[in-house]
Amino acid sequence: MAKISYAQALVDGMRESMAADTTVSLVGTNVLGLGPQRPLIEQVRDEFPDRVFDPPCSEAGLASLGIGAAMAGARPIIDFGVGSFSLLAWCQLVAEAGVAHHMSGGQINVPMVFTMLHGLRGGGGGQHSHSPQAMLWNNPGIEIVVPSSPKDVKGLFKAAVASNNPTAIISHARLLGVEGEVPEDDFVIELGSGEIKRPGKDISLIASSRSVVTALEAADELSGEGIEAEVVDLRTLSPLDKDIILKSVNNTGRVIVIDETNESCGVAAEISAIISEAAFDALKSPIKRIARPNVPVPASPLLENCLDITPDKIIAAAHDLVGN
Amino acid sequence: MPPDSQQTDRNLTLKDAVLEAMFEEMESDQNVILIGEDVGAAGGVFKQTEGLFETFGADRVIDTPISESAIFGLAVGAAMAGSRPIVEVMFGDFLTLVMDQLVNQAAKVHYMSAGGFNVPLVLRTGIGVGGNLGPQHSQSLHGWLAHIPGLKVVMPSSASDAKGLFKAAVRDNNPVIFMEDRMTYNLKEQVPEGEHIIPLGSAEVKREGADVSIYAVARSVHTALAAAEHLQVKNVSAEVVDLRTLAPLDVETIVASVQKTGRALVLDGGYQSFGITGEIAATIGELAFDYLDAPVMRLAAPDVPVPFSPALEAMTVPSAEQVVAKVTGMYGGLD
Amino acid sequence: MTDNLTPDQNSAILDRMLLIRRFEEMLIDLAGDHNFGHYHLYIGEEATGATVVESLTETDLLLTTWRNHGHLLARGADPGRMVAEILGRADGYNKGRGGTLHLTVRDVGFLSTSGLVGGAVGLASGAGFALKQAGEDNICVVFFGDGAMEEGVVFEAMNLASLWSLPVLFVCENNNSGAISAQEGGFPSSEIAASRISDIPKSLNIKSELVDGADVAAVHAVIAEAVGGMRKGSGPAFIEAYTERWPGSRPLWPTQATGVTQLAAAWDPSLITGEYAGWIDEFDPLIRFIRNQLDAGVLSQDELRERDSKICDQIAEARAFGEASALPGPESALDGVFAA
Repeated sequence: MAKISYAQALVDGMRESMAADTTVSLVGTNVLGLGPQRPLIEQVRDEFPDRVFDPPCSEAGLASLGIGAAMAGARPIIDFGVGSFSLLAWCQLVAEAGVAHHMSGGQINVPMVFTMLHGLRGGGGGQHSHSPQAMLWNNPGIEIVVPSSPKDVKGLFKAAVASNNPTAIISHARLLGVEGEVPEDDFVIELGSGEIKRPGKDISLIASSRSVVTALEAADELSGEGIEAEVVDLRTLSPLDKDIILKSVNNTGRVIVIDETNESCGVAAEISAIISEAAFDALKSPIKRIARPNVPVPASPLLENCLDITPDKIIAAAHDLVGN
Repeated sequence: MPPDSQQTDRNLTLKDAVLEAMFEEMESDQNVILIGEDVGAAGGVFKQTEGLFETFGADRVIDTPISESAIFGLAVGAAMAGSRPIVEVMFGDFLTLVMDQLVNQAAKVHYMSAGGFNVPLVLRTGIGVGGNLGPQHSQSLHGWLAHIPGLKVVMPSSASDAKGLFKAAVRDNNPVIFMEDRMTYNLKEQVPEGEHIIPLGSAEVKREGADVSIYAVARSVHTALAAAEHLQVKNVSAEVVDLRTLAPLDVETIVASVQKTGRALVLDGGYQSFGITGEIAATIGELAFDYLDAPVMRLAAPDVPVPFSPALEAMTVPSAEQVVAKVTGMYGGLD
Repeated sequence: MTDNLTPDQNSAILDRMLLIRRFEEMLIDLAGDHNFGHYHLYIGEEATGATVVESLTETDLLLTTWRNHGHLLARGADPGRMVAEILGRADGYNKGRGGTLHLTVRDVGFLSTSGLVGGAVGLASGAGFALKQAGEDNICVVFFGDGAMEEGVVFEAMNLASLWSLPVLFVCENNNSGAISAQEGGFPSSEIAASRISDIPKSLNIKSELVDGADVAAVHAVIAEAVGGMRKGSGPAFIEAYTERWPGSRPLWPTQATGVTQLAAAWDPSLITGEYAGWIDEFDPLIRFIRNQLDAGVLSQDELRERDSKICDQIAEARAFGEASALPGPESALDGVFAA
């Protein structure tokens, strides 16, 4: 298996999707942010010069364009750059893309992909660090993909393009340079399938996106102390793999939900509520949440780091629970 | 003049209670203005701003083009510059059109400027399912807003609360989203005259009970109260906690109630996934785990767009019967 | 100025206009018997929709707004299934999930009826994008009102369509809602700073024409020319079709302000009476077109009566079909959020 970066794997997933289906096009080319991975997107342009577009700054217009094109039979990929900008197209996302299939009684499909970066990125501040996944799933009709590794982003990207529904692929800005092994064969990862990234019997660490990486680091340290943490990677929030969550909780009886959306009404709250409804009797202690505190993201690196989810925060929570 | 100010009978509808609050606040503070689509001469499409235009004039009660994003952006800028705008967004669904101004600007200005600017504004909007308005005019999207640091979210269930909360919202130095369920517009009750303020962040127990706590806001409070009546017949004493504001959230009252009852059901007219029911359930799970005799249950709108047909629409609103079934389920079923 | 249309085309347009008028009149009556929520009628604008479709092929795509019944009927949607949808019944095109506000019919080329002001305009640029990518000479037509010009997404969509030369025909049906409606308790909030709406797209280098939307021949002339150019790759075009608002559409809820249309008013001035006689005489597109066809000698009074009677029967059947259609099973509300 080749070891490649998350960004390269994303690009590979996109290229293979575009090679397989001539109706797939890319509108917006800030998929990989402004960092060192940025030029990789040129591979897509080189291979498919007629299907890569650099649009004006018009998030609402571009989202509409993508939705309308999907309704008309194409499979566009619309890039917002950063997740904060999806708010400029929020109406189109939730009140057009999310409802069209249901509202038309099944006459219309919206097979398209939105890409965006989320999370603490280093100096992004209040208007470039938003993680919109919880708000998106609070509105029905949109599939949400939050990969944590190069292998996952490639396999999930291909599934997202092939899906007949609007799908948001939300990548953490700090995952782009992370390397990992990616199978060489032509593989697809089904939406709605979580993965146990590390098995363990003492405590379940449930996470998605970059929080999975942080959870794995914490699990390594905890293992040194004799606490075996199981790391569950949700991979997609919609559809959600509830089975894998409940199986793990029934196995361990202790849970920390780790997620970078704001704590209030965020991903961690929803997962926590699902667990307490469906696996209450298996719980040996309260479910803990580690999420982004309920403040806007400050630009200063020092302050921004205070908001970050670190292995230390997870380890401290695990100590609380296992000692409980 | 406010519609009922001359009357000795203070039995007002929720709609008129808010209108009275607007009259009073506009009268006492010249900086308070009202801006929105059809709020002026027409008096609002639901007659919810009637009389304000005649009393305060076109300089303070301002009709706008159909440009939600620009209107709200204008209000944020005006608030930063010293005005105290009340912005009306006709349907809560159209919050989608102002999300960038709301989330990236209004909610963050105070924090990003390290307190250099305040954004004292009220965004008032009507929400909720009813009247066959279909998927783009029926949504209850408060879960999103409560997720955003820097926004306050108010959802009254009754006329008196609506007046007291609205006045507090106008006087608050932060962006406050004030959401009324249109189906509660005509609910009447006695409303205190004049200075009646309910601090944001204070929940209220609307019905005391010993066996189970039901948490709700806005119209769902009435569903919970109706269910509590049914439950009483089954010898289950339900406590109904009206959260009144989602941000700030009165965690103390929430936890105190479940510590007493040991059972909790969180009810909401918004979507369940990633909504407020998840937040309240998780909060209880974290802070009152040892008091729980049963899992915290949730009942919210199913994750589907709101369909138009009268036959389908009701399926998307949690009912008192469903509340009763959920609660009796906690006891393994009751007759 | 009828020479640009063949007699067959004129005849088809007249049938469409009659069908739309009788359908909408029936709906006012239907609203008395059923509560199906807020609705909007196309009366007074029939000449635009009924004529625009004359320049379209079967594989062209369309999008529209909540004032959609006329567009759907003009394209050949089944009036019975439309009534069923408007009443939220199982036989409705959207299975009762859309109602009048979102009634859409994919079979005749419609992608969406968006209930958001300007919503359909944004989507239209996307349909144009897909059509251009597919490399055929199909085009996309989007109908919207003057109010849509006040929404930001419309500017973005027009800019994209112009930059990328997308085959989108923007048809702004300016039904002059502003000042008059305000006086009658309608929508005072519709206003735009530009002197003429058709000036706005010109600044984005979109070809733009202003036309009398109640004049069949004039509408056809500008639409046919625009569509012809678009099929050859000339990029988007914008038509402002101006009509004098039907008095029944001035208040918030439609009213039968001008009564059930008496076609004989086209030749018998004594039938034109009442508060809104001026509108009927001068602005009613149906009366105008009937006069035009009678004057041209291609239509007789008897023939008109016969066709109208047939259409009225068709509408009565459609209404009966819709009213007889069962309500959908409540549990079906929870189906079909995601496509397979």
